[in-house]
Amino acid sequence: MIGYVDKIREISLKLLNEEKVDMVIGYRKGSLPMMTEPCFVKRPEDVETLIWDSNCRINLAAYLMDRKEKIGIVAKGCDSRNIINHLVENKIKREQLVIIGAPCKGMIDKKAVVLQFGQDIDEYQETEDQITVKGGGTEKTFQKVDVLQENCAICNHRNPVVYDELAGDLVEEQTDIDRYEDIRKIEAMDIDEKWNFFEDMLSTCIRCYACRNACPLCYCPTCFVDESKPQWVGKSNDPNDTRTFHFLRAFHCAGRCTDCGACERACPMDIPVRLLTKKLGKDCLDLYGWEAGLDPEQRPPLDTFKPDDPNVGIK
Amino acid sequence: MQNPYLPMPVRIDEIVTETEDKMLKTFKFVFLNKEDEERFQHKAGQFAELSVPGKGEVPIGIASSPTEKGYVKFTVNKTGLVTGYMHTMKVGDIMGIRGPLGNWYPWETLEGKNVVIIGGGFAFSTLRASIVYMLANRDKFKDIHVIYGSRMPSLLLYRDELAAWEAAGDIAMHITVDGTDDPDWKYNVGFVPTITEQKAPPADADTYAIVCGPPAMIRFTQPVLDNLGYSHDNIINSLEKRMKCGIGICGRCNIGDQYVCKDGPVFTLNTLNHMAGEK
Amino acid sequence: MKVIQIDTNQWTEGLAKLEGSYRMFGPAETEGKYPEFKELEKGDVPNLNVPNTHLSAKSVVYPQSEVMFEYTLDEAKENHHQLREIEKDYSPRAVFGIRPCDAAANLIIKRNFDSKEYRDPYWVDSFESCVFIGHACENPGATCFCTSVGFGPFNEDGLDLLLVESGNGGFLAKVITDKGAVLAKSAGWETDTDDAAFEPLKEKAEAKIKSKVNTGQLAKQDAKELFDAPFWEDIGFACLNCGTCTYSCPTCWCFDIQDEVKDKSGIRMRNWDSCMYPLFTLEGSGHNPRPEKHQRIRQRFMHKLKYYVDKYEAGVQCVGCGRCVRLCPVNIDIRTVCEKMNSYKPA
Repeated sequence: MIGYVDKIREISLKLLNEEKVDMVIGYRKGSLPMMTEPCFVKRPEDVETLIWDSNCRINLAAYLMDRKEKIGIVAKGCDSRNIINHLVENKIKREQLVIIGAPCKGMIDKKAVVLQFGQDIDEYQETEDQITVKGGGTEKTFQKVDVLQENCAICNHRNPVVYDELAGDLVEEQTDIDRYEDIRKIEAMDIDEKWNFFEDMLSTCIRCYACRNACPLCYCPTCFVDESKPQWVGKSNDPNDTRTFHFLRAFHCAGRCTDCGACERACPMDIPVRLLTKKLGKDCLDLYGWEAGLDPEQRPPLDTFKPDDPNVGIK
Repeated sequence: MQNPYLPMPVRIDEIVTETEDKMLKTFKFVFLNKEDEERFQHKAGQFAELSVPGKGEVPIGIASSPTEKGYVKFTVNKTGLVTGYMHTMKVGDIMGIRGPLGNWYPWETLEGKNVVIIGGGFAFSTLRASIVYMLANRDKFKDIHVIYGSRMPSLLLYRDELAAWEAAGDIAMHITVDGTDDPDWKYNVGFVPTITEQKAPPADADTYAIVCGPPAMIRFTQPVLDNLGYSHDNIINSLEKRMKCGIGICGRCNIGDQYVCKDGPVFTLNTLNHMAGEK
Repeated sequence: MKVIQIDTNQWTEGLAKLEGSYRMFGPAETEGKYPEFKELEKGDVPNLNVPNTHLSAKSVVYPQSEVMFEYTLDEAKENHHQLREIEKDYSPRAVFGIRPCDAAANLIIKRNFDSKEYRDPYWVDSFESCVFIGHACENPGATCFCTSVGFGPFNEDGLDLLLVESGNGGFLAKVITDKGAVLAKSAGWETDTDDAAFEPLKEKAEAKIKSKVNTGQLAKQDAKELFDAPFWEDIGFACLNCGTCTYSCPTCWCFDIQDEVKDKSGIRMRNWDSCMYPLFTLEGSGHNPRPEKHQRIRQRFMHKLKYYVDKYEAGVQCVGCGRCVRLCPVNIDIRTVCEKMNSYKPA
């Protein structure tokens, strides 16, 4: 992962100089340690601002929506799957894109590191396998694998599934990971336990919609919670309305979600919303053998009908 | 101070469908409480929040003049949730009004001056309030011109009153439609900007234009006024914005540091030109 | 100004005494989640170990969702279709653990809710019922920049009492207002101590603030020129319009008013809203003055750092708490934007 930077800059410079793209979307240095900021580069001389490290968490596919330019875009595994989603859903055309694939071994979970370090982080360094944080007169080194984001730790598509260029060598895919252990635990609960679990999980939701707005899939011009004729869902933090919002949003992402983690990262209340979207991802896998964002030629299961579809709800 | 979010209860006294497409209705409201009626001292150009319990509120310009006593009138276009519901309401139904809100056309400045009213479509309601007010105080103003147009005759508001004002002769009425196949149409045919060019009085320090209409009309009328030499301080506009509280608190309707609901909706063009913000 | 000393026992006993005459508020966890401001149950102690909550203390005065009126649509009942005010509990509230930034933020918000022409009874009555017992910041965070915007880790604006840890589980408390004095007396906290104890602590804390931002030129800048500046698209590109900044910000106040009905009875309520949402300014005609992302970003920063400055001539609408900086998932930093705006010179 270290060393991608030069390749990314090299490829971007070439693309801009040869006018193959109008802009390159990538990451630049953040104003805080362990943060990066998505940015666009239009002039060749600005490619030096592009960086790459284990803090490039944000799903850049969110910035492709309805753009008309020719775009070069840095894409990790999850990002590339969202790009395919966008292609399938006609939000952008393949000819517009030059995808700079970035095989990814996982991004660091900043919240977890801060919690474990216990104080403000002033400095951050990383090597291929470790990160070191400094602050308040002390420092601590972590093994990257121990502080990966949850979705990265169980990722099964670390290599971009579509790309035009590569910023680094393809990495080994994780093969024996159990993606749905936490989901099965909840499935095993009895109905009262489940109810209490979700009531507790969503009790601090403040209906800020950060999860929805950060999600690359949530691009409806008027979200169902904002409709007024008729008004489907109330807007206060009434528990019923809050549950409706979260559950329905998860259903709207079913078969499309790539578990990029943007929702959980954006949530100011640290609600593990991925539990809902992952459950539906698991259902799509079990019922239809479907994983989102792998093939631009295939339509998702909720979009198609086959006579032998399992009729789970219709008896 | 009274709770500014609490609407005053009113009863619908009369509903007049103004246009043939039934999208515009004028509601005449009577206050349930006499103190509320007395408190509602408005000036032409202001608006009020019409409140329908269970649906919401909408900011609508006051179509009646302060000289019309005992009731207030609003002309409502059927657009969304609240206005759509209002269009199904009947005489006798109860709802609420909060107001009067916002600022008003600058009546002190306009005293002793020539006033040119240029309106289009259903933006005419506060202009009706202004005309009735001026006619009731006729000697306070010099020449009054009214240029008012809509797409076709059946979409003009207050048709009976327009005819009456024309007949009275106190003001120069220039009613126009974009087009019509009615052979008996007595008035002008042509877009509002065109008629403005033909009929508006020449510009001078004592002549003011109040312009209120859909964005397209405003966009094409402005160059006409510029060509006629109207200074931007003498052109008065009334803006619309999505509003909720109507009292400059909820933060939704700002243009720069001005709240359209409290510092407006009436602004001179000169002020608008200098405001930072999206319009 | 009077400074009193509160030892551990007096603190615990005092809290118990206050429970009788005040509703108690302060940072507290819920089931292992991060501490947030909430009303404390009987016997609960405010958590004063958290550097700062994710959501600000503004929710104590100004809840995220609040019922304003109720009404009945049942035509058989009297006063049907007429809105009625509902009973509110504005009995005295003691708000513990509020940092000086959050306390000063309430005064910033007050200018909006309590003006010459209109008084918002929900906000103002709620604010006036509160006694704010501040918790000074001896160890400001890396993203705290309160001193750059007119405040500081020991600032007293908006506070009735200011507490600082005295080293052995107890506190030193500065009595700032009469309200604070009354509360201290009710709690039995009456041991006077050295007036001068606070000043050196304050200086030490202020020296620890590393993050500085220049705001001196903002008032002089021309609003329209700033509005038309070329850097907004670059600043706003990364924004996801998630709204986290507005919800965690102690000085953001925009709200939405909604009616909700069940069967024949209904309420009118207000909920926090955010200028970051695309539908915030959508008009009934379908026209939206701020359809593009960068226009909304520009609105937020212009409002905070320019429009508010022009309107009230009382400084920026930011208390330097750093929440938006820490919580923004794409690292849009108000300090960077402020520097850009402050130093902008049109071509």
